[in-house]
Order: sequence, then structure tokens, then C-alpha cells
Amino acid sequence: MEPTRYLKLTTPSDREIVMTRVFDAPRRLVFEALTKPDLLKRWLLGPPGWQMTLCEVGIKVGDSYRYEWKHEDGQKLGMHGVCREFVPPERIVNTEFMDGFPSESLVMTVLVETGGKTTLTTTVRYASREMRDAMLKSGMERGVAASYDRLAALLASSATGASSQAGAN
Amino acid sequence: MTSSDRLDATFAALADPTRRAILARLASGEASVNELAKPFAMSQPAISKHLKVLERAGLVSHSRDRQRRPRRIEARRLAEATGWLERYRRIWESRFRRLDALLEELKAEEKNRARKKR
Repeated sequence: MEPTRYLKLTTPSDREIVMTRVFDAPRRLVFEALTKPDLLKRWLLGPPGWQMTLCEVGIKVGDSYRYEWKHEDGQKLGMHGVCREFVPPERIVNTEFMDGFPSESLVMTVLVETGGKTTLTTTVRYASREMRDAMLKSGMERGVAASYDRLAALLASSATGASSQAGAN
Repeated sequence: MTSSDRLDATFAALADPTRRAILARLASGEASVNELAKPFAMSQPAISKHLKVLERAGLVSHSRDRQRRPRRIEARRLAEATGWLERYRRIWESRFRRLDALLEELKAEEKNRARKKR
């Protein structure tokens, strides 16, 4: 895999997740792919077997949005929220309620373009400890505990560059 | 400690890049404080402080060997905390690969349209 396409995932505080990923396209196109239903439906999917069955987007402040997915076996999944900021083609802030979870999260997406490539940074902030715990629990119930090797790889990747910064801590 | 308290401790422990690097090192085998301090250009007391945070979160333990007191990783606790992160990463990695393909298509379409206009 190209190193630039690597998905970086960090937990800067006890209730935040930050994802960073570079795309080989101008941010105008990335923004379209993030906000137009016909395009969203083509990539915002789950593991194999899931289809996006509803994609109502919010494209101005105060709009609500709703996404739904359905698995071949009949399982359903949904989430909804309200658009808090919408600044094409650089910034989106949404609240996010996952069906069946106790409280909302705040999701902030920022797009930065350099030399025709776009860096997407998404920050998810859980409103409460209960919400974060529920997320953790759902991950464990589905039995996807990482293998030891995968875990080592994850830690090694998130620790890249840590030794050079270590003196500052 | 309630399970929420433990998760707070785990997340706080994982939030620091030095502590993540220490865990990455311990994932490949146990090590003494001395051995851990070496690659970081940090003093032993500073490393010990980080290790205490990791031990409080239950992510690292030490064996009884009085001389070296090697630290080792508590894989099960760590897997509990990072299993969902790993699942999250896997889902988003496959989504973003799909998005890569879609963006290639959009770029090609734009190029075609520009050519036709000329």
C-alpha cells in the first residue's frame, strides 16, 4: 500500500477518535463524494453484505440527515443527526446518533488540499463516557478482538515518530 | 475500579505517543526499564512514570525477577480496549478504498468532459 494512503487512527483524549487519510484528488471532488447521496451510496458501506438503503443528506446548517443500511440477512443499521457547519469544500460538522446507542457524538470533517491531493481529517467526539463505553461494548460483542499481531501492527503504526517526540513529553 | 474508570485509565494511557511506543516495544517481548528508556532519549524516571500510568490501566505488568523487573504487555486488556478501534479502522479502510476508486472515476469523467468541450 502507498504510505500516503495509509489510514491514521489516533485517540488524542479519552473520548475522541481522529482519522486522517490522503486522497489523490482535489478536495472539490472529495467534498462532492462526501455530500452527494448518489456518490455517498457507492462508498459509505459496511463489511460485505451491507447495502446503503437510505441516504438523506444535510447540506446546510440546521438540516437533519439520516443514513440506513441493510444486510442480506435482514439486519438493519441506522444513524441520523443535524448539520452544525457546512462550508464547501472544506469543513463539515455534524451531530451523530447511532440507532440503539445512548447519546450523540460530534463529527468534524476537515479537507485540506495540497498539490492536487486532499487530506481528510475526521474527529469523532463522544458526548459521554456512557456513549464511548457502549461503542466499546458493541465492538467486543461482535467478537472482533484484534489478534496479537494485528495489535502490534496497530501500535507500531500509531507510534511512528513517537520516539523523536518523546523528549517533549 | 468500575469498568468505566478502567476504560478512562486505558484511554488516557493510550493517548500519549511515548506510551504507545512503549506498548509497541513490549508487544515484541518483555523489557526492563533500562532497555525501554534507551530508544527514547528519556531519563529512566520519566520512563518509569509512563510505565506507572500503563500499569494503573492494567496494560502492563512486571514479573518478580528482582534484578531486572522486566515489564510485559497485558495482551488481553489491551485487546479489549483496541479491538473496537481495530474494527473501526477496518471498516473505514475498506470504505476509503472504495472512495479512492470513485474519485478516480470522477476525475476521468471531468477530463472527458473538458476534452469534449474543446
